[in-house]
Amino acid sequence: MEMLLEALASLMTFQSFITVLVGVSAGLLIGSLPGLTATMALAVLLPFTFSMPPLQGLMALGAVYMGSIYGGAFTAILINTPGTPSSIATTFDGYPMARQGRAFEALAGATIASVIGGLVGVAFLLLLAPPLARWAVAFGPAEMFWVAMLGLTLVASLSSGSLLKGLLGGCIGMLLSTVGVSPVGGETRFTFGFPPLQGGIELIVALIGLFVIPELLTMAAEGRGALRPSGEFGKREASIGQVAKRIFRRPGNLIRSCLIGQVIAIIPGAGGNVTSLVAYNEARRFSKDPQSFGKGNIDGVVASESSNNVMVAGSMIPLLTLGIPGAPPDAIILGVLMLHGLRPGIDLFTETGVLTNGFILSMGLAALMLLPVGLLGARLIYRVVIKIPYYFMVPCIAMVTIIGTFALRNSLLDVGIMLILGALGYFLRLIGIHAAPIVLGLILGGIAEQGYVQTMLAAVVDPIPWLRLVRNPLSQVLAGMVLLGAATALLPVWLERSGRLQKATSAEEEKP
Amino acid sequence: MKCRLSTLAVAVSACTLLGAVGAVQADYPERAITYIIPFNPGGESDVTARFQEPILEELLGVSVNVTHRPGGGGAVAWSEFQNNAEPDGYEIIGVNIPHIIGQPIQRSDAGFETDNWEIITFFHSTPNALIVPANSPFETLDDLVEYARENPQAVTLGGSGTYSANHLDMLRFEQEADIDLTYIPFTGTGPLPAALEGNHVAGVFNYTMLGVQMDDRVRVLAVASEERVSALPDAPTFSELGYDIVGGAYRGVAAPAGTPPEIVETLAEAFAEANRRITEQQEPLGFVMEYITGEQIDEVISSLSEAYGPILEAAD
Repeated sequence: MEMLLEALASLMTFQSFITVLVGVSAGLLIGSLPGLTATMALAVLLPFTFSMPPLQGLMALGAVYMGSIYGGAFTAILINTPGTPSSIATTFDGYPMARQGRAFEALAGATIASVIGGLVGVAFLLLLAPPLARWAVAFGPAEMFWVAMLGLTLVASLSSGSLLKGLLGGCIGMLLSTVGVSPVGGETRFTFGFPPLQGGIELIVALIGLFVIPELLTMAAEGRGALRPSGEFGKREASIGQVAKRIFRRPGNLIRSCLIGQVIAIIPGAGGNVTSLVAYNEARRFSKDPQSFGKGNIDGVVASESSNNVMVAGSMIPLLTLGIPGAPPDAIILGVLMLHGLRPGIDLFTETGVLTNGFILSMGLAALMLLPVGLLGARLIYRVVIKIPYYFMVPCIAMVTIIGTFALRNSLLDVGIMLILGALGYFLRLIGIHAAPIVLGLILGGIAEQGYVQTMLAAVVDPIPWLRLVRNPLSQVLAGMVLLGAATALLPVWLERSGRLQKATSAEEEKP
Repeated sequence: MKCRLSTLAVAVSACTLLGAVGAVQADYPERAITYIIPFNPGGESDVTARFQEPILEELLGVSVNVTHRPGGGGAVAWSEFQNNAEPDGYEIIGVNIPHIIGQPIQRSDAGFETDNWEIITFFHSTPNALIVPANSPFETLDDLVEYARENPQAVTLGGSGTYSANHLDMLRFEQEADIDLTYIPFTGTGPLPAALEGNHVAGVFNYTMLGVQMDDRVRVLAVASEERVSALPDAPTFSELGYDIVGGAYRGVAAPAGTPPEIVETLAEAFAEANRRITEQQEPLGFVMEYITGEQIDEVISSLSEAYGPILEAAD
């Protein structure tokens, strides 16, 4: 307790405030640009923190992390392009809302959800880190396989309209994930004798290509901006207070999403993209009105954005207690800790407790600052998106996208892959195969493959090797959840087809 | 972002300059040097480069831009570098053993060759170490060997990558001890602490740093260095225990083939001085500082090629 107070005191300086404020703003900006991810924001900032004292450096990194995960929501809502992979699910309802002239409502909802999510993550980290860390190590190769499979059952619910097209998208994604050097075994696959393809298809590259380019092509083809101007921003719509009231009146969605965010955050290797997708899916499953999801239901935005911001502090639990990065950006924070001679473990909370608690509390401060900085930034970006005519907007976004893709790995090939996937994505979208299941397949294909092969390798001495996949209680539970998830997705379709369910589905109209 | 763009701008202007000026290098260096790291930011190579960067800038008097070009376990950047980089000393790249030895043997289209460049220096190494969880039944290396002899393939050892430093030395250990183990590759060092802590593997064959980092949650049964590592004074070496295994990852930098020897020497001296100044920060983490230059480089590469070559060829 003394340490907490002392840490709080070290946080209450002008310098700390400025550090966090600048960090959050910078993160927000970077996060909102497609192609520039949280991981990259941290990597770029890393050299600057070397000259800072440890606490200040960590504060800056934590703030940038928080800001960039939140910033991804801006472009997700306003131009249907997730700024970071964590905001994929935000596009599902955020963009339809914006197109209905409810952009402010969506942005306010995302902001409130992010602030609450950030604070919840910090609370978990502060209070429950050691017991929750036990969870992290329970996930071995077999469990990771099932987690990935569980994620893949989302394909069914993400494919609005046709299940077959959704599955097709998921398969395309999984195939794309096999290009390059295999995660286990080290063989090169599908490189066609072309050495640069050894690098495979980076998730962000596919993400940008499949989300941004088709959107740009649509804008250009239809000769319209991302959004129709809808009068004065925020005036005719619900005010921030009303949005907050709506979210807090039925807190079930928020609580559920935060819990999902926390649980998935501590699974090493899953990260924010999986978190927000799962939270979105559950929000829809538990909703009284699942049909309205994907058409502009604010609960979808809240679920996605609250859960991915829980992850920021939440994924620090395995990092600070065990040295296990819960999400990719955490690997960079681990590097910073080691640089300053701070070894992850219980010592961090006792011997250097003031520093660690200061770092944790600073993330809480960063979460709070999202509110003013975010609302201000939202107003600014919204105005920009509305005012600029599409014939300026499309080339500008295209340029930022190309630079962002190049900067990711300093690779022109990535730019090429991005553009090819983008063009492909446009036509796939025309025939009803959407980007989300493809990206999901790409993210989870690799995780599933690695988990499966590692399990099988470890089981060489067993008489029936694949039984190893369901040997532990945890993997049995997860396998059960996969079956349940698949059943709840497939059963209604099957019942409908066999004529036992008379309910006519009016949900078959095309998405806007 | 800003930093990235400026790097980009520098790279672009460097390219145009090259065309105009050609090969005039009287007062090397006179403009910014690009230092390519073929891996993701945050890894050991990156962290070390960040340490070196300010010192190199001070010694050489020009800015040194660290950029990343990850992919294919380094191969993407290496093949690009060998094909495109100008031999004028303004582009250097991080190189790692055994990656640069193993990948060209193992892959038909790695796109680069082990010796198609001027390696400036290897500045440190991270010896392999056999690490088991603190609650493991194996108290010593002998316990593990004995158990493995009675139960072939039952002992699972994790490590970073396939035909990596970890994997290759584990295969050597199998040969030396005449036992049969099961190697489980993970992507990088990141997931290994969880694998140990959660008892998903019986142990890991990884680097000394992991043993230092995980402290009393693990037991280091043996390290593959010539002498004991100062950060792990209680861990015996393999050779002390009767197995002739010295190996691990070596990290260094290379310039394109055909770079003038004076330039290579200037850079080698700068890196050596940088090494001396960062020793205090790196040694406690489990790194072993090295000053391998000139002919020693060929010796190290050929001795390790001999040790690893047959294993790799056999696996192919």
